[in-house]
Amino acid sequence: MTGTVVNCGYVPLVDCAPLVLAKELGFASEEGLDLNLIRQPSWSALRDMLALGHLDAAQMLSPMAVAMSIGMGGLTAKIDALMVLSVNGTVFGVSNSLAQELGSVPFGDARAVLDQIAGRKGSPLRIGVPFHYSMHRLLLSYWIAAAPTLSIQEVTVPPPRMANAVAEGDVDAFWVGEPWGSVAVGRGVGQLMMTGRDVWQYAPEKVLAARHDWVSENEDTVRRLMRAVFHAAKWLDVKRNKPLAVEILGRSEHLGLPSDLIDPALTGHLLPQQRSGPVEVQRFLQFHRHAASFPWRSQAAWIADQLGGDDDDLQTAKACFRTDLYRQNLAEIGADMPGASEKVEGSLQFETAVASSRGHMILAPDAFFDGRTFDFSPKSR
Amino acid sequence: MSPDLRILVVEPDQNRVREIVDALNAAGWNDVKALGSVSALDRMVKDFAPDIVLIDLANPDRDTLEHISYVTQTEKRAVALFVDQTDDNLTQAALNAGVSAYVVDGLQMNRIKPVLQTAIARFKIMRQMQSELDAAKQALEDRKTIDRAKGILMRQRGVTEDEAYTLLRKTAMDQGRKVIEVAQALVTAADLLT
Repeated sequence: MTGTVVNCGYVPLVDCAPLVLAKELGFASEEGLDLNLIRQPSWSALRDMLALGHLDAAQMLSPMAVAMSIGMGGLTAKIDALMVLSVNGTVFGVSNSLAQELGSVPFGDARAVLDQIAGRKGSPLRIGVPFHYSMHRLLLSYWIAAAPTLSIQEVTVPPPRMANAVAEGDVDAFWVGEPWGSVAVGRGVGQLMMTGRDVWQYAPEKVLAARHDWVSENEDTVRRLMRAVFHAAKWLDVKRNKPLAVEILGRSEHLGLPSDLIDPALTGHLLPQQRSGPVEVQRFLQFHRHAASFPWRSQAAWIADQLGGDDDDLQTAKACFRTDLYRQNLAEIGADMPGASEKVEGSLQFETAVASSRGHMILAPDAFFDGRTFDFSPKSR
Repeated sequence: MSPDLRILVVEPDQNRVREIVDALNAAGWNDVKALGSVSALDRMVKDFAPDIVLIDLANPDRDTLEHISYVTQTEKRAVALFVDQTDDNLTQAALNAGVSAYVVDGLQMNRIKPVLQTAIARFKIMRQMQSELDAAKQALEDRKTIDRAKGILMRQRGVTEDEAYTLLRKTAMDQGRKVIEVAQALVTAADLLT
């Protein structure tokens, strides 16, 4: 291989699929890149390695990219989100004993699940999340804010250990990315109550992140990297490709997990309990369709707002979601572009046609469970 | 030297803990405690109130440690990941050695630096030893695969051991590959056919 080497960090979760397939199916080498995927032991390690120059790019929790850029969390650095790598894909579940206490609650009904949890007596619930600056934690905080009397304790647990933490009673509930929710169900230690999209229907989960200065100094490599990932994401969202994608991810040295643990996330057929039938969750995990990879500036603003940022932070956050590069680098390979770079988050209840570079595109619903909308456009502030 | 610094080492491997603690003790810091997992970290941070927490960069517990550091303030002082913008060399050296440090707010640079330098030196040695061990293990594995490939050639083609090895080496050279890669391919193919 004689391509340009790009060192790219990732954490072994199903949603690293666009990076793995960009490498394994040759989308990266077609762009003249030697995509070197480097597995990271924790999100903190991934952040440090990227910020301090040991990685060129990385799969990153979308709130982490924003937090770093606005100076929250452990390490401040100017980080660009080149594109969204995945939308949705997380699950909320509870331990068997908590499930028993809560009784029967319809799967995926965020309001009903919250009411049941808030109505429970006893010590504060300990809820496991993978990282403080994650979409998991933001959705959890947003969701429980609707029950002001409910108090919880947030516990950070690395995803591969989530099922263990549930089994050993270290947490009562968990919010985690696949396949680790399905692992907990498979091991018989817990059950799923809902998915992230039951709280926010179109949440940007991971982004393709890089240091701002590296992006400016490597325009051509950035363009090729974005194209390779775009092609992989497009391939991944084709229904007939899913079985092969499951197989490649399962076999590859990158995930090293059995296929039956990867299948639920890619197909959206989740098994909430061991002895229940599968539930089909629409748009459980999206990579390409409905402009999934477009880094909406309003998504960055929502994240900064939830993190408690002020107006300046919101502007900084918007600027690090590089819609400009997305348009510039992907238009010529036929990517359809929405007319606007910001939308009113939460305003779409249904699939909606909007103006785009090739006529019109269909955006997926992005409503919040409580019906709130967020307009971060300058005129509304 | 600041012997009054309280240092906490988070490390599950007992041998490594001893190495790190010994190195810190030898350099004059005696108030050093170690913790195998982060499950008791919350209480430890409150009771012991460390000035510096040292942890392996590759430890998956780091995310948990960071979160606890944010929410548990020791004597009302915030704990943050140590990244020195003014001394990039030290930060890079720590990263290369595989050690991360969390330091309470307001601690002076000249007090932190010697601790970090001692830890970096020790982590470097441990990493070196680990990679030598890994290399030795890999060499042994490769040896086994090449022996199996030689055995397959000897049986199938009726050649001697030396001839089998020459054949492997020639094929590798012709294809621009390593001997171990050719041996692996042969072993895999043989496994598929039997």
